[in-house]
Amino acid sequence: MKHKGHNVYMVSGGVTKFAKSTPEMDFRLRVKKAFDYALNDANISLSDIDGSVASYFSDHFQRQLMSGIMVQDYLGLTPKPSKRVEGGGATGGLAFQTGVQEIASGRMDVCAVYGFETMSHVNTWKGNEFIALASDTNFDYPVGGFYTGYYAMMAVRHMHEFGTTVEQLAKVSIKNHGNAIHNPYAQSPAKLTIDDVRNSPMVAYPLTRLDVCTMSDGAAVAILASEEKAFEMSDNPVLIKSIGTGTDTMRLSDRPLGKVTLLPNEKESDYRNLKYPGVHSFRAGRTAAKEAYEGAGITDPLEELDVIELHDAYTSSEIQTYEDLGLCKYGEGGPFIDEGKSELNGKVAVNPSGGLLASGHPVGASGIMQGVFMFWQLQHTIKKHFKDDTLQVKNAKRGLIHSHAGTGTYVTATIMEAVK
Amino acid sequence: MTINRDAKMPETQSGTEVYSFDPLVVKSHYEIDYIHSYGQDSEFFRALGKKKLMGSKCKKCGYTYATPRGHCMMCGSETEWYQLPNEGRIHTFTTCYFGSEEFLSETPFNLIMVEFDGVDSLFMSRLVGADQEDMKIGMKVKAKFRRNQKFSPTDVYFVPL
Ligand SMILES: [Zn+2]
Repeated sequence: MKHKGHNVYMVSGGVTKFAKSTPEMDFRLRVKKAFDYALNDANISLSDIDGSVASYFSDHFQRQLMSGIMVQDYLGLTPKPSKRVEGGGATGGLAFQTGVQEIASGRMDVCAVYGFETMSHVNTWKGNEFIALASDTNFDYPVGGFYTGYYAMMAVRHMHEFGTTVEQLAKVSIKNHGNAIHNPYAQSPAKLTIDDVRNSPMVAYPLTRLDVCTMSDGAAVAILASEEKAFEMSDNPVLIKSIGTGTDTMRLSDRPLGKVTLLPNEKESDYRNLKYPGVHSFRAGRTAAKEAYEGAGITDPLEELDVIELHDAYTSSEIQTYEDLGLCKYGEGGPFIDEGKSELNGKVAVNPSGGLLASGHPVGASGIMQGVFMFWQLQHTIKKHFKDDTLQVKNAKRGLIHSHAGTGTYVTATIMEAVK
Repeated sequence: MTINRDAKMPETQSGTEVYSFDPLVVKSHYEIDYIHSYGQDSEFFRALGKKKLMGSKCKKCGYTYATPRGHCMMCGSETEWYQLPNEGRIHTFTTCYFGSEEFLSETPFNLIMVEFDGVDSLFMSRLVGADQEDMKIGMKVKAKFRRNQKFSPTDVYFVPL
């Protein structure tokens, strides 16, 4: 086991309402609003912050390099230390973990992690082009660079390998859009049926418009602190119990066809004929979960986690991720949603916020947004922040946030625990 | 001395496209040509012009890649070029009905991942000559090559066998 470092807590958070386009303010003001919400929600002043981490994905959307320092400047955090962290869709998760490391190492007592993305500067199809530049631009992008296309191929293989159905994919969409009805920060709340999802325009077979998340403008801020500072600032901080990160090959084509990376609740004989990860599973997600579970002493994730916010950019990736996280065995992700295990009142609430599918996916903000929603869940303050108690997971004590990039190239898993 | 208190910036005929005044939203254009090198992968693109699909084979551990890569991800050793079979099978597929702006005019188009006998990894490509309903996992496909090379991975594509 690596050196664990000092205990790290989350003491406050803020999120802007995610929306397709909010031209009335730029990214700096958007972060400022989330930041001020976080400072006001706990006993924190600007001078308490020792430094920060900036989380944003693409320089193309804003055509502005060093956007991070512009936020640092606007928030009044100069000349304190800061850096940008970037890793595609997992940018937020990676930045959050970098903030954890700033505290765990003893370098900072209080660290602000701010995430943002302004995707409305270009139209949706240009936006898809920018995102597709996060695939290999020599070999994958020119063939027809389109992330929904890549995920569609993974979904088709998952369906072939395990018998997953399009109705099961649709159920993820129904659950997440439905949860979002009670989340005032969410971009696309909706009450849907399987027919709604299947009859919505096909984007890349088998994924329809309602199987895919949307472009979004948004910002989110998480304030992390050392144990001493955390209890000065808040009577209800949340412990960051452990972090895990995994990676995989840039090109989907290069994924090995080998053996499953096993979790403690699995054995080799569970997967005699499975070629892993292939293109049906995310080895980086499994690797991240394994490291995080080891750090938190979790051996049976389904029993030991109460709530999960995971990276559901596609309905298919939520089902794939149930398996990577070991909530069920590989191949059982479809039945897992069928049996309602990931529903708000199921065995483990997955994406009670509505996830990226319904909350929106302003890339650099998404992973921080998950941290904020999880923080409120574990504080049992959902009612205070959402003005609605519906999504509060009863008895939520321990949660996992999961952020995911590319075709599963960088994946983070972070375990958070209530202490009160 | 060149102090001139009547100096003016030159006025031009060009203007700015305005989408909205409140907030002020304007059009901002950006375009660039890159001088892009394929570096150690150059041979892959050159070979497509000779109707050859080249993969990589690890000199040390023998792992075979259906994609070009100079060094082996399994052991870190150097690879050598070797010619892939012209025929393979569909490992997975999709049909894109929408796409990135650059490819929107080509929709709908098929993306497939090809598996080759005796090769340890896959190859991503376009499949032409089949609709979504025609494609099946395991279906045999054959590589074809563009006559007029563009030095792009789409110089090779697949058709049903
Ligand atoms: Zn090797």
